Amino acid sequence: MSTHAVVVEEGHGASAITFTKVWIGLLCLTGIEVFLAYEQAPVLIMLTALLGLSVIKAALIIAYFMHLKFERLSLFLTLWPFTVFCIILMLIFLGDAIRVPAMRPPL
Amino acid sequence: MSSHVTTAATPSVWEGGRSPYATNSKKFGMWLFIASDSLTFSALLFAYTFSRVANPNWPRPFHFSPSIIFSTVMTFCLLSSSLTMVMAVHAMNHGERKKAAAWIFATIGGGLAFVVLHLSEWMNLINNEHVSPSSNPWGVPLFGGTFFGLTGLHMTHVLIGVIYLGIIAQGIMRGKFKAEDVEVSGLYWHFVDLVWMFIFPLVYLMSVSG
Repeated sequence: MSTHAVVVEEGHGASAITFTKVWIGLLCLTGIEVFLAYEQAPVLIMLTALLGLSVIKAALIIAYFMHLKFERLSLFLTLWPFTVFCIILMLIFLGDAIRVPAMRPPL
Repeated sequence: MSSHVTTAATPSVWEGGRSPYATNSKKFGMWLFIASDSLTFSALLFAYTFSRVANPNWPRPFHFSPSIIFSTVMTFCLLSSSLTMVMAVHAMNHGERKKAAAWIFATIGGGLAFVVLHLSEWMNLINNEHVSPSSNPWGVPLFGGTFFGLTGLHMTHVLIGVIYLGIIAQGIMRGKFKAEDVEVSGLYWHFVDLVWMFIFPLVYLMSVSG
């Protein structure tokens, strides 16, 4: 029984204490985000900080809660690089968004 | 016996060879769904961001109280439900079916709390700020369209997740599902949580009224 428990623990990589620590970390990061919104930081700083914190939170969720950290590297390499690449490609449209207000004819 | 073990450990190419991902097909299927759905949400988030950048007078209708406090509590509900979900997977891996079902019911509770709070937040916007999917007092109709489209699709995912987890919990209590089924449902639930980690800051926190 004890051997079985050890095998299961090894197979799934993390313990309940680790998951709780990750949860506390995620709550702390959310607290920082809300604090930034409360303080009304300048838009660019706010956007950079919030996106950075969101990416960290997403990485923690994917790595620990979704167990990807404990899966084979081939699974990660198959799934995520192309997804992230496609998401980054969408940035190409944002240049147009910046030009639109300047191109809009005056009323 | 010994020969059987050797064959099982290294199947021949004609038997499918070794699994390159060392995972079952259900889990791999869910991962592929998650990858494709993350592109859908990314496209919607980019549409929202595009509309926002292209409209200098984009509305900021979210007052710190109650909107941001509400959405922070909603975030807490989703994050906590992710913890209970991971505990359910953990319990199921240890063969504790009743405990796993109890953790899943706690997850469902977190999901339902999220939906109730989200609907009350929507009602606040619709009734008090007079925002609808096609119009609002600030004359930027795209705000309602993108906001309700994005958050509505996410809420639909949460509702589907609640139903999915309900089916899984019922099955566990009847001794039907295996640990891998709970893990696959957990992947879906964590994805719903993951998406909210981007919607909350980009839609709510970036639009707090001054």
